[in-house]
Amino acid sequence: MNIVVCVKYVPDAQADRTFSVDNTTDRAGVDGLLSELDEYAVEEALKIAEANDGEVTILTIGPDRAADALKKALQMGAHRAVHVNDAAIHGSDAIATSLVLAKAIQKLDPQPDLVLTGMASTDGTMGVVPTMLAERLGLPAVTYASELTVADGKVSVRRDGDLASQTIEATLPALVSVTDQINEPRYPSFKGIMAAKKKPVDTWTLADLGVDAELVGLTAAWTTVESFSARPPRQKGQIVTDEGDGGSKLAVFLGEHKFL
Amino acid sequence: MPAERLLPTDDSQDLIDLTREICRQDLAPQVDDMERAGTFPEKTFRLLGQAGLLSLPYPEEFGGGAQPYEVYLQVVEEIASVWMSVAVGASVHALTCYPVATFGTDEQRQRLLPAMLGGDQLGAYCLSEPMSGSDVGSMTTRATRSDDGGTYALKGTKAWISNAGHADFYTTFARTSDDGGRGLSCFIVPAQTEGISFGAVERTMGLRCDPIRQVTFEDARVDAGQRVGEEGQGMAIALSALDSGRLGIAAAATGLAQAALDQAAAYAKERRQFGRAIGEFQGLAFLLADMEAAVTSSRASYLYAARMRDAGRPFSKQAAVAKLVATDAAMKVTTDAVQVLGGAGYTQDFPLERYMREAKVTQIFEGTNQIQRLVISRQLLG
Repeated sequence: MNIVVCVKYVPDAQADRTFSVDNTTDRAGVDGLLSELDEYAVEEALKIAEANDGEVTILTIGPDRAADALKKALQMGAHRAVHVNDAAIHGSDAIATSLVLAKAIQKLDPQPDLVLTGMASTDGTMGVVPTMLAERLGLPAVTYASELTVADGKVSVRRDGDLASQTIEATLPALVSVTDQINEPRYPSFKGIMAAKKKPVDTWTLADLGVDAELVGLTAAWTTVESFSARPPRQKGQIVTDEGDGGSKLAVFLGEHKFL
Repeated sequence: MPAERLLPTDDSQDLIDLTREICRQDLAPQVDDMERAGTFPEKTFRLLGQAGLLSLPYPEEFGGGAQPYEVYLQVVEEIASVWMSVAVGASVHALTCYPVATFGTDEQRQRLLPAMLGGDQLGAYCLSEPMSGSDVGSMTTRATRSDDGGTYALKGTKAWISNAGHADFYTTFARTSDDGGRGLSCFIVPAQTEGISFGAVERTMGLRCDPIRQVTFEDARVDAGQRVGEEGQGMAIALSALDSGRLGIAAAATGLAQAALDQAAAYAKERRQFGRAIGEFQGLAFLLADMEAAVTSSRASYLYAARMRDAGRPFSKQAAVAKLVATDAAMKVTTDAVQVLGGAGYTQDFPLERYMREAKVTQIFEGTNQIQRLVISRQLLG
């Protein structure tokens, strides 16, 4: 069972995130990490691989520092990693991202039985790359899995909606995106950290993938960020002094805001 | 603010990063509630064990992390800066593995260590007794060898035992002859051995998640193969283990003091009186400066002792100095941190009062600070 997990190196949500001069996400001035939503996909892949004697390959696209996201996944227990790193990719939209990911996956040997992704990135939060990628690879796509089992050449997925939970089955090879409800990602162990240093990481450029640089990057993007402004700081809270009538004042406040 | 560290390798930096990640995501959110309830953090020890953080200073071939004390102790310090009870439990576990790792036969190391270091087990260290504390040679727990020599029957009561009732094995010292300090021997007693029972959890001032109980052996029978070292070697093993154990306590005390300092400094920048931050008043600024000096010198003391140990040099005196300096500093720094927060520091809404209660025991356990002075002065004058 060969599993590929697509992951993204994102700015740490706890840091002061901002944009660069070209209105793309600032990835240089802010500490980054393996997107927390992608950790669930890595964990799920490791669990399936452990149960099925499989191998997990981690794939990312990003600048040099994105290697840290691969490192974290390898420390958790993944077997190998591929880093697509090419300056021309900077500013790519979801369409170009899915193109590069698809080309990279098609170059893998052996080909994966299962492609896993997180439900969205924590920076762009578009959540469309998984289905675009499945389309390019010609694979069945099952999104937002909160439970996943693999057996008899099929993947079975529980997909929780507001009104109902669906059980969806797809034949392998397939692509599945997972939610943050599917598991509890493990921490790396110290042994995992030591072992990760010896695991193979391939670095590929667009030329290695045979992707025309004009199809990717900021100039090829179908959408661009025109402008941005920081969200206004939160308003100061209202302090109600309890002079024996705190309860009724609270009720009035909740009523005004239509909570009652 | 994380402590500034000079680490010897990239691996050790990764190890510290891992420790900080686990502390931030797992330990920090639960420490206050758990300490208030006094619940034993079994899942947390399991998590630390699985991450390999409970076996760092032991050889790789037996499941350890093969880390020098210089690195292992800084991991203990990081844990203590978030959860003192857990750091003490981790240090005690390392202490309980020491006799087998250092004095055990090859057969014992291969048979016992992989499970002890595997991350799923915790040990307890049974040395003190109700009537035998600093005077180790006066212990009365007895191990009587069977006529065929195949087993020992342990009888007696141990006191102040961390991890008691939760541990998987008890590294136990007992008398095999009446020859005072030369009549002691060391045994690894599995928890499931018949004849072990536990007293009530002591109602301690602090470290509420580190349950301390009496452990009673009533003809608890262990195989002779569980005896570590020769008969009569127990005292030497116990004191040698404590030299290393003390470094763990020194590191934990340093982490506790660092946490108190960090919170006091943050508060002094925020809290305003007379129109300015209280940290702008020299009376408090200098108090904080003295706290920083105390924490930094504690860290330097235990790291110096650790480097001596890692280099294979004698370090007993340096370990005693580190334990004395770091734990006295922790008491002073945590007390002063409460002072910086004023009335707020005295409430349970902030963890400072807990830190102060936790600091006290570090001056008492693993050799009182009076015993540390005895160790130091004997080496000076002996």
